[in-house]
Amino acid sequence: MPILEVKDLRKTFGRIEVLKGIDFSLEHGEALSVIGSSGSGKTTLLRCLNFLERPDSGSIAVKGEVLLDCADPSTLRESQIRRKRLHFGLVFQQFNLFPQYTALDNVMLAPRLLAKENNTWDTVRHKVHDEAVELFRQIGLSDRMNNYPHQLSGGQQQRVAIARALIMHPDILCFDEPTSALDPELTGEVLRVIRGLSEQDTTMIIVTHEMEFARDVADKVIFMDGGRICEQGDPREVFSNPKEERTKQFLSRYSHS
Amino acid sequence: MDTFLQQLPVVVNALNSGFVQTLKLFSVTLLGAFPLGLIIAFGSLSKIKAISLTTTFIIWIIRGTPLMIQLLIVYYFPGLVLHSPIWGGGEQGRFLAASIAFIINYACYFSEIYRGGILSVPVGQNEAGLVLGMTKKQIFFNVTLLQMIKRIVPPISNEIITLVKDTALARIIALQEVIWAGQAFMKGSHGISGAIWPLFFTAFYYLIFNGIVTVLLGRLERKLDYFR
Repeated sequence: MPILEVKDLRKTFGRIEVLKGIDFSLEHGEALSVIGSSGSGKTTLLRCLNFLERPDSGSIAVKGEVLLDCADPSTLRESQIRRKRLHFGLVFQQFNLFPQYTALDNVMLAPRLLAKENNTWDTVRHKVHDEAVELFRQIGLSDRMNNYPHQLSGGQQQRVAIARALIMHPDILCFDEPTSALDPELTGEVLRVIRGLSEQDTTMIIVTHEMEFARDVADKVIFMDGGRICEQGDPREVFSNPKEERTKQFLSRYSHS
Repeated sequence: MDTFLQQLPVVVNALNSGFVQTLKLFSVTLLGAFPLGLIIAFGSLSKIKAISLTTTFIIWIIRGTPLMIQLLIVYYFPGLVLHSPIWGGGEQGRFLAASIAFIINYACYFSEIYRGGILSVPVGQNEAGLVLGMTKKQIFFNVTLLQMIKRIVPPISNEIITLVKDTALARIIALQEVIWAGQAFMKGSHGISGAIWPLFFTAFYYLIFNGIVTVLLGRLERKLDYFR
């Protein structure tokens, strides 16, 4: 059974149809890269998966559970959205760390609030702290845990944002152009962390303009164009031997640069 | 000169008790207007049109008319128009009426500052909280609030300093604050009459108190400098 199944997802903003029926599925441990030009609907797709936008029609199922089905109003209740969101994690292009908290507190805030609500904070606090420390080791920032976001470089901030998403144990971790706001020199350190995650069988969806990275890390690639999936498949196949004319056109712009 | 030195302790004594009333009105106004302003700010930001329009209308009325008129209406309207003098005639009743007028007036000014502060926190902060499974309430208190406070300290400081001086308006309903106490020496009070210098002297009270307020608010501003 696929871990994620998306069916006929559609989304319109005003008169502009941004998603015109998206279908795809993802197996556990797979990394999917989504490529395509700006405005092709990649970010809107991620935002729908994370319940930041409500699609107009279509359905999203994780591990067989239908989280959202626009045809079934009982799945659209605001009160349940919060729990459903936790199946997904999202790393933003602009990091969006909380400036008033240290890197460590940024990572620990959400699990702390959740545990406090359930009155389990006293029992789990050491576990959460140890896990956060371990995540900082994993992203290579053990020595910067007590720094505030403005004291960190963009690449370091983005790595903290990844740790912040990971500590909630999402089934599927989404990245929205995670290196687009970074200097070219800093993209490497972020991509290395993402690559490490894919080696640990983290299920991921990565929207990116880093074609080389999309090809090397992903198990599957989707090329989006004008709100539709134009082509999808094995990255080596799609990159070296695209079937659609539009894909060829898009990829050729990258291979020449 | 001799008379001045004789008058000084008497005057200072009277002004001190007037200034206590000034400070009380100042503190009560802040305590009431800080939270009420937040509620009004949420009202004006509400997605429900009826709420946001009503709130905007109230803010327009309160900010568009003089505080002095508002004081007179709050104090005299119940007794003279509704024939139910809820405030009584004493200093306590005047203080209560003045507090209510000041709290409503300042809450409306604060609400606009809060509103700007809330809107100036990037939407990405809210979205980051949402995708981490936080509730809207948790996001407001753990993420947005402090960032908003940091941004509104300078404009709120301005309002607080204005409030210190605005308390003088309460003498229109005969609240016995410091200027009222100073003015009393012109007509005659504590055996002194025809003296105008006590009235001028009250300015020092405001000046010194605003000095303290400025230092404290500056400290708060620096305290919040640890993040950007």
